[in-house]
Amino acid sequence: MQTKKIQLRQFCMVRSGDKGNTVDISLFAPTREIYEVLKKQVSAERVAEFYACMASGPTTRYEVANVLAFKFIVEGALGGGAAGSLRSDNLGKAYGANLLRLEVDIDPALLKGVPNLCHPDSAAAIAA
Amino acid sequence: MQSVRIGAAQAFYGDKLKPAMELAERGNVKYLCFDCLAELTLAILQKDRQRDPNLGYTRDVVPVMKALLPICVAKGIKLITNAGGINPRAAAAAVAKVARDLGLKVRIATVVGDDLLGRVAELRAQGSISSMSGSAESGEELSKLTFANAYLGAAPIYEALQQGADVVITGRTTDTAQYHAAAAHGLGWKLDDLNRAAQGVVLGHILECTAQATGGNFSGRWWEVDKLENIGYPLAEVYADGSFIVGKPDGTGGLVSVDTIREQLLYEIHDPKTFISPDVIIDMTTIKLEDAGPNKVRVSGASGRAAPPTLKVVGGYPNGYAGEGRMVYTWPDALPKARKTEELFRKLVAIEGIKALEIRAEYFGLNAIHEGNAQPPSGEPAEVVLRLAVRTESERDAAKIGRILPPLAIGGPPHMTGLSGVSGARQLMGVASFLVKRELVEAGVQVQMEEI
Repeated sequence: MQTKKIQLRQFCMVRSGDKGNTVDISLFAPTREIYEVLKKQVSAERVAEFYACMASGPTTRYEVANVLAFKFIVEGALGGGAAGSLRSDNLGKAYGANLLRLEVDIDPALLKGVPNLCHPDSAAAIAA
Repeated sequence: MQSVRIGAAQAFYGDKLKPAMELAERGNVKYLCFDCLAELTLAILQKDRQRDPNLGYTRDVVPVMKALLPICVAKGIKLITNAGGINPRAAAAAVAKVARDLGLKVRIATVVGDDLLGRVAELRAQGSISSMSGSAESGEELSKLTFANAYLGAAPIYEALQQGADVVITGRTTDTAQYHAAAAHGLGWKLDDLNRAAQGVVLGHILECTAQATGGNFSGRWWEVDKLENIGYPLAEVYADGSFIVGKPDGTGGLVSVDTIREQLLYEIHDPKTFISPDVIIDMTTIKLEDAGPNKVRVSGASGRAAPPTLKVVGGYPNGYAGEGRMVYTWPDALPKARKTEELFRKLVAIEGIKALEIRAEYFGLNAIHEGNAQPPSGEPAEVVLRLAVRTESERDAAKIGRILPPLAIGGPPHMTGLSGVSGARQLMGVASFLVKRELVEAGVQVQMEEI
């Protein structure tokens, strides 16, 4: 099995929101096989390390296999949260998008038939 | 199987009116639900009421009701809203006036009893308050609260509907309570039927953010979503067994798919096995989402377990001040110019004797939001927007921040433009979140009916 390093932005959906000073991130896989890849490679520890430059608290991962998703709860993330924060992204709505930078080692065959989530203009810019 | 149709008319104070009109006109719904209260809206409404005892509700309820009441009364559509905010009685009076001015006969129910501000000290002394993790338990924060409201569940709304209300106006409830109450009333469910309650709350959770279920804020192939300028707000056909199908009015833009629904389903729910509502605790990991046709998704299978013995209370307290502004520097040397300005700003804050608790500099175009994870652009950026924000203890210090910025246009690096968002002192709020034994709140909850 040949694997390649591919960024999550190519095939994963993400949405994030807030609860106080905690950011609540949902990461979605398009297929069961890709869900299993994320389960192995996108751990709570890996996400905590990724956000260490901007969040202080622990990160917890919950599995939501019935909708092929993971929830990552990242504490100490929003500079006090809501109306107590100086951050432009005080509500964490763009926080989750950051996570799509992560790469996983994945067999490209698993992406066959899976909708590509990179906007065509961005794909063109990357290729240039 | 018996079914009832429920529509989501409003997700926040300031949401669009047109999609709510479309639901009323073409959605064939029996109930429309409105969520007007974000976590800290009550802080603003409390200030309104302090100025004028006849205020304290979200004021768009008046134009919204003016637009919707005629068609809803004609069609028998029930309206459920938390626009009451900190003063549900005043909201009811305002809506009653709208109805009278329009010559409409309506029964307006007001739900009161969520406001605990006057009782926090007493409840704390009794030991009836327990702290949630990471929130305020300190007496100092609780003594500075400007509002403290319990999140009520479906019961008082259900009661109001049982009493024949056409319009139900509440203060703080969970956003899902309205939808759960509507489904239970429309289908004759008992509120303690736990699996149906779980479905009712899940229904509310999917619909309460309106456009976020119908292709808005969608991170799939969002650029292919049809006619976002005319996005349809969601409705659900709810069946007697608790299952429901989410859709949107015909002819509207947007998208309802398993992807749009699962994205909203998990939004801000924290632990998916333990989604707590006042009426039921839900395990979402047993939910099944199925494609049910073009722009239709069937939702079933949520599991419910016994409601908690406590209700969540959220309050806010003043917690410092902030001042800020932003400006643009262009190529050439956009980034060095902006960095120099940040350096000057920090020095000037000190020179002005401002006690800065936190200084935040954000470089838009570079790494303002994604910080250390952002990839620097290759080559020089065409421009950089620099935002400077400072947290202070005193209002006086915060007010000084904005005044530091304009002189930098003539006294700092070259070619500054687009100076904007220069604020006077902004009040920062802290949130205190705790639990109270539910019987101590529920004893004070009342439904008051008025017939116009």
